[in-house]
Amino acid sequence: MNFDIDDSNPEFRREVATFLDQYVPADLIERSRRTGTNHDWGLHRALGARGWYAGGWPTEYGGRGDEGSAEILILSDEMERRGIPFDGLGMTMLVANTILRAGSEEMKRTVLPRALAGEIVMCLGYTESHGGSDVAAAKTTAVPDGDRWVINGHKMFTTLAHESEYVFLLTRTNPEAPKHRGLTMFLVPMHAPGVEVQPIWTIGDVRTNATYYTDVVVPDSARVGAIDDGWGVMGIALMFERTGGGADARLFGQAVRAAGSISTTDGMTLLDDDSVRERLARLAIEREISMLLRLRSQWTQAQGSLSMIEGSMFKLFSAESQVRAASDLLDIFGILGILEAGEPAAPGSGEFTHEYRHSIVLPIYGGSSEVQRRIIAERGLGLPRS
Amino acid sequence: MELNLTAEEAQLVDAVRSLLQRNSTPDRVRASEETGFDPSLWTDLRQLGVPSMAVADGQTESATLFQLVLVAEQCGASVASAPVLEGIVAVRLLARCGDAAGDLLESVCEGDIIATLSLGQAGDGVPNLVPAGAIAHLVLTMDGDDLVAARLNPSGARIENLGCLPLGVCEPGDGVRTVLATGSSARSAYAAALTEWKLLSAAQLTGVSAAALGLGVEYVKSREVFGAPIATFQTIAHRLADDATAIDGARLLTYKAAWSVDEDRSEGEILASMAWLFASETALEVTRDVLHYHGGYGFTTEYDIQLYFRKAKAYSLLWGDPKVEYRRLADLLLVPGCEYVPGGEVT
Repeated sequence: MNFDIDDSNPEFRREVATFLDQYVPADLIERSRRTGTNHDWGLHRALGARGWYAGGWPTEYGGRGDEGSAEILILSDEMERRGIPFDGLGMTMLVANTILRAGSEEMKRTVLPRALAGEIVMCLGYTESHGGSDVAAAKTTAVPDGDRWVINGHKMFTTLAHESEYVFLLTRTNPEAPKHRGLTMFLVPMHAPGVEVQPIWTIGDVRTNATYYTDVVVPDSARVGAIDDGWGVMGIALMFERTGGGADARLFGQAVRAAGSISTTDGMTLLDDDSVRERLARLAIEREISMLLRLRSQWTQAQGSLSMIEGSMFKLFSAESQVRAASDLLDIFGILGILEAGEPAAPGSGEFTHEYRHSIVLPIYGGSSEVQRRIIAERGLGLPRS
Repeated sequence: MELNLTAEEAQLVDAVRSLLQRNSTPDRVRASEETGFDPSLWTDLRQLGVPSMAVADGQTESATLFQLVLVAEQCGASVASAPVLEGIVAVRLLARCGDAAGDLLESVCEGDIIATLSLGQAGDGVPNLVPAGAIAHLVLTMDGDDLVAARLNPSGARIENLGCLPLGVCEPGDGVRTVLATGSSARSAYAAALTEWKLLSAAQLTGVSAAALGLGVEYVKSREVFGAPIATFQTIAHRLADDATAIDGARLLTYKAAWSVDEDRSEGEILASMAWLFASETALEVTRDVLHYHGGYGFTTEYDIQLYFRKAKAYSLLWGDPKVEYRRLADLLLVPGCEYVPGGEVT
């Protein structure tokens, strides 16, 4: 047993750290909260231009061959550690990885180089308003018309659609087939006639979208994977999903500093209060466990296993624990806990109210906690379907 | 990162597990509850090298704390009526004291005497209850500035307790004593032993949780009410999924803590405290859930889940009030200059 985190490339980690510390403007995080767009074009292009997304990708698709395959993980870790939003990068790489495995040659040659160069982002069009977590219930249709497809329908929570070049779209191509067997994936250009984006505002400082598709025509080369095998393609995409996050690594330290800076009585601070200390200790334990479950899931995957149960356990525990922690983090500050960013007296500069607003979505998206529990119960514990 | 057991470790787990499955059956556990001790099981375990494997002999290296944690986990899974944790901690502590321990270490390893550790729970006017104190011949304890090994005459007298554990009262100063260490070396050796106890206890409690979950899964699959197996009810299946997740978390954290202590890392003590807290909370929740899903049967003595439910609380309280441990953990975490970052580096 060995819990040392494999740092295969410490020089690269240092290089990335230096770059991010120098490049990233102080207001980047504030701006992303204000606009709700967790993507910064300047940073994205700069990172892409350095070739940092292209490590380990085939050269014919704009990659750097076998070189630097671990770089993207290190890069995203360093961004996460600084609280730099990178939803655009995350989703784009997820779709790119799926295209590499299931896309047509033409698609690989046209889309991948631009994605790896940081020129475009891609978003996910899975869920629909009536379906929620039942993603396979998709009603958006793609109907063949010669060597083209005509798409009609709508998607909910297409986050970053307003910045995206393409949407990775789940459609129904065979309404007669059982619901998981009549689905097909497409990569649809967001600028195609008939695509419309409407913003949806959330309580978590994130803008998402509803997207509408009216007689959108795409060539057959926009199809990803076989006809009616959309669910299989989704399975590939799922392997590259990094949902749940691991909580912002800075949160514990920020909470400790904030509690230590707020005086109570007799020269004491909140950090001297036993119940505050207990809650901080609990937060630390749960974060430790979240990270261990995440590392196990990654390690299992690196051993060549799908790590479905391990992934579900990480997602479930991490999401639920972040919701608990966010609530505790407001409680310990009492009435000050509800002050928002911008208020001088807001503990942690309002970071904790943001966490409280934002964390509540974690058990919902990327497979709700109920979906994860079902996977664990049925596939992990061997319980019958409920 | 490597999360697989070595072939040797897997063998150790298999050997301990299969011995316990044969000789620590629920019937045997019930039969031993009168005294909390199954001498014949203890003989079998000693032949397997428990607890003597905790120290090197001429031929073999000492087991790592991680390997001992694997043993403790199996003992928890079968709620074994044997002083395994006590023996392991005592052997390691005696070994740490070198020559001062004289032939005590050998006597414990040979199985001539049973040794235990006082966990220092006593307050004024409160008897110092020691795990396995009713059956131990030797207790390691602090007495003022000294770490001493005090001889006990195991009375076998029962002290009734929730877990039917062989508790005994030990007051330092009773009988023959050997001073093992003095001053700061005594305190640091004793503190290390307490950390090891917490870790082994975390492992034992995780074993309790895992076995209780196994009982629960089997029960809810076969028990039918309202015309369906109760496993098909989401409230039950989902709660068990949460329990399974918590158990995996507790196990990973316990393993990481043991590995850190083996590697002499500065965060070993913090992780051991975390592991104990999370493993004991998890054991209480899992055993309670599974007992509950047995319905009225879980409340009867006939079903095995009651053994796990009672032992979980008792094992946990040998170390003490979790809230006090939270305070200790906070003191370690929140001290200025603490370099440990929860969850370690982000990857």
